[in-house]
Amino acid sequence: MSAEEMAAAVKASDSIWSVEGAHRVPYRLYTDAEIYRRELDRIFHGPYWSFVGLEAEIPNAGDFLTTRVGESSVIVVHGSDGVIRVLQNKCAHRGLEVCKRSHGSVKSFQCPYHQWRYGLNGRLLGAPMSKGVNGQGGMPEDFKRRDHGLNALRVATRGGVIFASLDDPAQSLEDYLGPKMIRWFDRVFDGRRLRVIGTSRQRIPANWKLMFENIKDPYHASLLHVFLVSFGLFRADNPSATEMDETGRHSVLTSCRSDAKEASTPNRATAEMASFREDLKLKDEKLLDIVKEFDGSETVVMQTIWPNLIVQQQANTLATRQIVPRAPDSFDLIWTFFGYADDDDAMCARRLRHANLMGPAGFVSMDDSEVMDAAQRGIAADSSGDAVVEMGGRGTEDQDHIVTETAIRAFYAYYRQVMES
Amino acid sequence: MSAKIPLGLRAEVDDLYARYATILDEGPLGSWSSLFRVDGSYRVITRENLDRGLPLALILCESRAAIEDRTYAIENTTFALPRQTRHLITNLVTTEAEKSDGWRVEANFAVFESLEERPTRCHSTGRYRDILARDDDGDLCFVEKVCVCDSPLVPNSLIIPL
Repeated sequence: MSAEEMAAAVKASDSIWSVEGAHRVPYRLYTDAEIYRRELDRIFHGPYWSFVGLEAEIPNAGDFLTTRVGESSVIVVHGSDGVIRVLQNKCAHRGLEVCKRSHGSVKSFQCPYHQWRYGLNGRLLGAPMSKGVNGQGGMPEDFKRRDHGLNALRVATRGGVIFASLDDPAQSLEDYLGPKMIRWFDRVFDGRRLRVIGTSRQRIPANWKLMFENIKDPYHASLLHVFLVSFGLFRADNPSATEMDETGRHSVLTSCRSDAKEASTPNRATAEMASFREDLKLKDEKLLDIVKEFDGSETVVMQTIWPNLIVQQQANTLATRQIVPRAPDSFDLIWTFFGYADDDDAMCARRLRHANLMGPAGFVSMDDSEVMDAAQRGIAADSSGDAVVEMGGRGTEDQDHIVTETAIRAFYAYYRQVMES
Repeated sequence: MSAKIPLGLRAEVDDLYARYATILDEGPLGSWSSLFRVDGSYRVITRENLDRGLPLALILCESRAAIEDRTYAIENTTFALPRQTRHLITNLVTTEAEKSDGWRVEANFAVFESLEERPTRCHSTGRYRDILARDDDGDLCFVEKVCVCDSPLVPNSLIIPL
């Protein structure tokens, strides 16, 4: 055996994957602390574009928000020169989080400990007593303020959406997304000014990958979500598609709503759905007063962008969902609901009403957070063995329906490359 | 200085909030909507959004019909792990409402949640900012109920209303 073959053999036996492809997913991926550390290093702190916020949240010079790239705390700030920067929220002196507020507007950032003060561009403006007091103390002669700024991340923006990376993604954001994904991304972020209508945050007691799997799995949506199914918002018999970029790391699920009458009529597909309720009627029908606002017949577009973003368009509710990993069995999900600056009052009211479908109390998404909790409990109780991900075959190709788990397989095929290389 | 609220009215307000908590914790959830006027509204918002002037609600019911839809969904269409809640409501302050015939009531709330195989935890704390009025039968009811959550972060899901 050559050294190369030996290395390959060792690697294969090291692998916790029981199959060549990604149609069986080892449960250890959801519980193992070492794997989680590796995910932070390789994926979240690695050479990929992570979502950090919307420009509409920080429209003026001095506006900032704080968030996380992986577990790393960052400040997203609108500079006095108009440039959006993403700075590590970690004092260059002793490592404190310099900024503790989630949003605000400032002229500079000052660390509370020794009052080191930084400009909106991250440069150190002042460090008290650095020249000493009455000839005593002070920093060494060779201390230079310019060597001690806040660490700046690489930044890319498109359509008002801000991405950053702690490493060097090497690819432009456009190449990173790829032409197939950009088409859907630009459908919502079409250059119009966005208007943020609010943020929801939830801490979900489950592994972060379960969130991506959930959105990449349209099969569950037509079964678990009685609300979606019964009102025809998402059904296995609706015209739909599941598509990936060429790497498999990003995906998009699209579906077209059946008309209301057709939706409430039982058929062969609904017979398979134990959860379908023919009798379900809203007393306040304004909840589902949906207005067509985008080109094409798709009424649901759920896009997942590696490594931490979901873009949601369901009815007239639009939101980004940002995944912030916290531990093998915990992540935060930050929802930023938005519309457009040119929405009229009726559309603003409609978006707020449709937001009832989503978020921690959403008619649809509360099923998901509860299911993820139950999944993590089941897996943590015994993390031996593999999950079976074989609906729609064992491959990772695009499919023109949603009775499939192909997008999950594509995600894990890419994940394996990143984690095992 | 607003007019002094008679003790009898204060007792009625106390009673409404006690019934509210009892219905949410002990059921039947179907009676929850009966505490609201037909045009009554219910909203759960976070202090974070309120402070930023952003209108998003975690739950938005603009009518008693919408409250009934929410109740129906919780009981019939939602998947949720079994849980028991406990609503504690304190520090009620009743004043005459400025713009309508009725009263403004503010109060603190704490909602505890118990799930199987886990110790009881505090799910949320916050402040009610409500408008009360008398219905056609002369009973006190909610015209507007706003629950302002202190924390921006929801522990997993919000299933049972606050």
